[in-house]
Amino acid sequence: MLEFRKVEKLFPGVRALKGIDFEVKKGEVVGLVGENGAGKSTLMKVIYGAYQHDGGEVLVNGRPTRLSSPREAMQAGIGMVFQEQSLIPSLSVMENIFLGFEQQFVNFGVIRWKRMAEAARRQLAKVHLDVDPYATTSALSFAQRQMVELAKVLALEERVEGDLVILLDEPTSVLSKQEVGLLFQRVRELRTRAAFIFVSHRLDEVIEISDRIYVLKDGEVVDVVAGQGASAEHIQRKMVGREISKAYYREEKQKPCGEQVLVEARGLCRAGHYEDISFRLRRGEVLSLVGVEGAGGEEIMRTVFGLEKPDGGTLELKGQPVRSFSPVHAVRSGVGYIPRERKVEGIVAGMSVCENMTLSQMGSYSAGGVMKRGPERRMASEWVQRLEIKTPSIDANAGKLSGGNQQKVVISKWRSGGCDIILLDHPTRGVDVGAKENIYEVVREMCADGCGVLLMADTLEEAIGLSHTVAVIKDGRIARWFDCTPGSKPTLYDLVHYMI
Amino acid sequence: MIGAIPQGPRRAALPKTDILSRWGPALVLVALVLALSLASANFLSVGNFARIATAAVPALMVALGATFIVIMGSIDLSMEGTVSTTAVLFALAFGALGGQLAGMGVLAIGVALLAGAAIGLVNGLVHVKLRIPSFMASLAIGFVGVGLSVLLTGGDIVRVNDDVFRALLLKRILGFPLMVYVAALVVGVAWFIQRNTTLGRNFYAVGGGEDLAHASGLNVQRVRILGFTLAGVFYAIGAIFAVARGGMAESLTGANYMFVSITSVVVGGTSLMGGRGGVWHTVAGVLIVNVIANGMVVLGLPNYVQDGVLGVLVIAAVVLSTSRRSHALVK
Repeated sequence: MLEFRKVEKLFPGVRALKGIDFEVKKGEVVGLVGENGAGKSTLMKVIYGAYQHDGGEVLVNGRPTRLSSPREAMQAGIGMVFQEQSLIPSLSVMENIFLGFEQQFVNFGVIRWKRMAEAARRQLAKVHLDVDPYATTSALSFAQRQMVELAKVLALEERVEGDLVILLDEPTSVLSKQEVGLLFQRVRELRTRAAFIFVSHRLDEVIEISDRIYVLKDGEVVDVVAGQGASAEHIQRKMVGREISKAYYREEKQKPCGEQVLVEARGLCRAGHYEDISFRLRRGEVLSLVGVEGAGGEEIMRTVFGLEKPDGGTLELKGQPVRSFSPVHAVRSGVGYIPRERKVEGIVAGMSVCENMTLSQMGSYSAGGVMKRGPERRMASEWVQRLEIKTPSIDANAGKLSGGNQQKVVISKWRSGGCDIILLDHPTRGVDVGAKENIYEVVREMCADGCGVLLMADTLEEAIGLSHTVAVIKDGRIARWFDCTPGSKPTLYDLVHYMI
Repeated sequence: MIGAIPQGPRRAALPKTDILSRWGPALVLVALVLALSLASANFLSVGNFARIATAAVPALMVALGATFIVIMGSIDLSMEGTVSTTAVLFALAFGALGGQLAGMGVLAIGVALLAGAAIGLVNGLVHVKLRIPSFMASLAIGFVGVGLSVLLTGGDIVRVNDDVFRALLLKRILGFPLMVYVAALVVGVAWFIQRNTTLGRNFYAVGGGEDLAHASGLNVQRVRILGFTLAGVFYAIGAIFAVARGGMAESLTGANYMFVSITSVVVGGTSLMGGRGGVWHTVAGVLIVNVIANGMVVLGLPNYVQDGVLGVLVIAAVVLSTSRRSHALVK
């Protein structure tokens, strides 16, 4: 039904998909697994038409096709059930099901609601969901909305010839066990109507539901295994099998950490995100939080920076309990946060390199509200040199620098202000290899200067290579601690084992 | 420094789009002046330029205040009420304090500036603390201001006849009234605030990336409230000039300033998305708007056409100055 032959997808500087062969047959459930960054989401986007392939062939029902938009993919019978649901909460259930395809119910420019409701009921019956089509979507539970979304995709079958292919992106991530069972039951029933592509971090579920499982790594299909009797261990090994270079992560520069505790968390909880999180971050230590996307590591980091408030537990910064959770307070305590979305949270595009660097510390570069431009500019020049930031000048628009250089500007911003608790959220995401090594170097330097670093690494190797300690987080809890002293570092497999 | 048109030699070569957005408004202004000079013999004269400048001064002051708000990515629509109220308060206080600028009357200036700051402060508090969109909060406060000015005057006109004060309009140096020079000084102050103060820097940070500013430990709420307060002070300065020009204050003194000032800010190239533009852009914008208005009078076009032209101008400026594809500006 749907077949990919040697499909390539290129982004500037990155070959995201390297000759992918992929096939979905009628009535099949195909699993798709891989680490973060393995190319899963790119592949999915090519399948449902959000991206277009740059090489190879995409065949739908045997015909070479180019899906130039999600709508075109839908017309070819390919539908997507999004992880972050795509329903519009303020519209009714039936409006959502037929969003964009209302024309069939229109007479003389007027929508005949009764006919739409009837048609919606037919779709909802397919997924055994008993809700009023007139109900407002926001009043439904998450699991119910997911079913509505499934019904929306299934509504396609009345408009397209041939069978449907339905992509399920992390459909179980927020469902309870019981709801997952129900979802799988529906999927099995619906196999007469559609083929499914099931994408998930939860390996046991993928094995349970899939006929075949594609394992992706670094933009390639490294293995295809039959779902029946597949071993999770085997798949995990295939997912991570890479070699680590010690020099790459500057392991020889990893020094034992100091005594002083910079951050101490005791039993932090935030409903729905994380539970009972306790850890200590010392001077000179790199502590990694490792887990699959959405396991809770990011929320923990945001809590330390005061962007989110925990429901329970205590947090101490340099021995001082935190009472008011706000970035203003965190910055005053010496916390610097280097977020993953640099464009959104790292750099003010439009402001210069120099202005970005002093953004968090204007107080130290001003007197009575008037900026002292001399010292400010000297500091900026010094850091541009120190971190080898490639910029035309310190007055250049920081938004126009490359990702790696923007990253260094953000690092300068915190380091120059004397922050010694550094939160690094995916510091090397979207950064080229040379700049990555530069950032590893900076991390080692920060530790040598007595900073403590809380890290969410981009890859597991990075976490293992850079850290003194790794905490594996699964479903919002710390599942396992690993000591990462050079010489006794855990393997990737050790970590993955506790992640999923 | 963003938005500051004059640049030192240290700046590296800018990409073409940056050069265009930096100098575009100035080029448009020059082109307009040239075109109107050719179209009408009455346009190019010191007398006419002085007329343009005098007409532009109060609007420029109001637009400077609005510039800071727009840089923050907010919008302020309270200027008509603020200008009317502060103008009336100024005139009343001026009269009550002896009616002489050379005497106690000078304190009336302080009264007006404080009143402007107070109204701006309320504006900011309502916007930030009650979490009401800035355009709505300021529009409402603006209406309150208009009402307040009627209440204060009882619908009457308050005259200000002090010679020293009126010298702002009547005393001329090199053909231009004194108020033009004073206004130039205020522009300098505004530029200093934009360029050299933490507050000015904060406006750009909040407009360019509010989340980031917050994540950098900036007190974004405080910046917003201070921004509206500062804008109120500039509106009050505009009001004083308006009184000096007309020789009187009334509840209608502020009429028209909202549209003209916002138009000028936008025409000058300050982005409604926030984070881009600045004081010099607004100076160029105010001059463009006033040159066009003056040009239409010189060419003999009727009033109603002039309003229409300004409307079209705003749309054209927004189309030219913003990349609307990448932003969801207004739903």
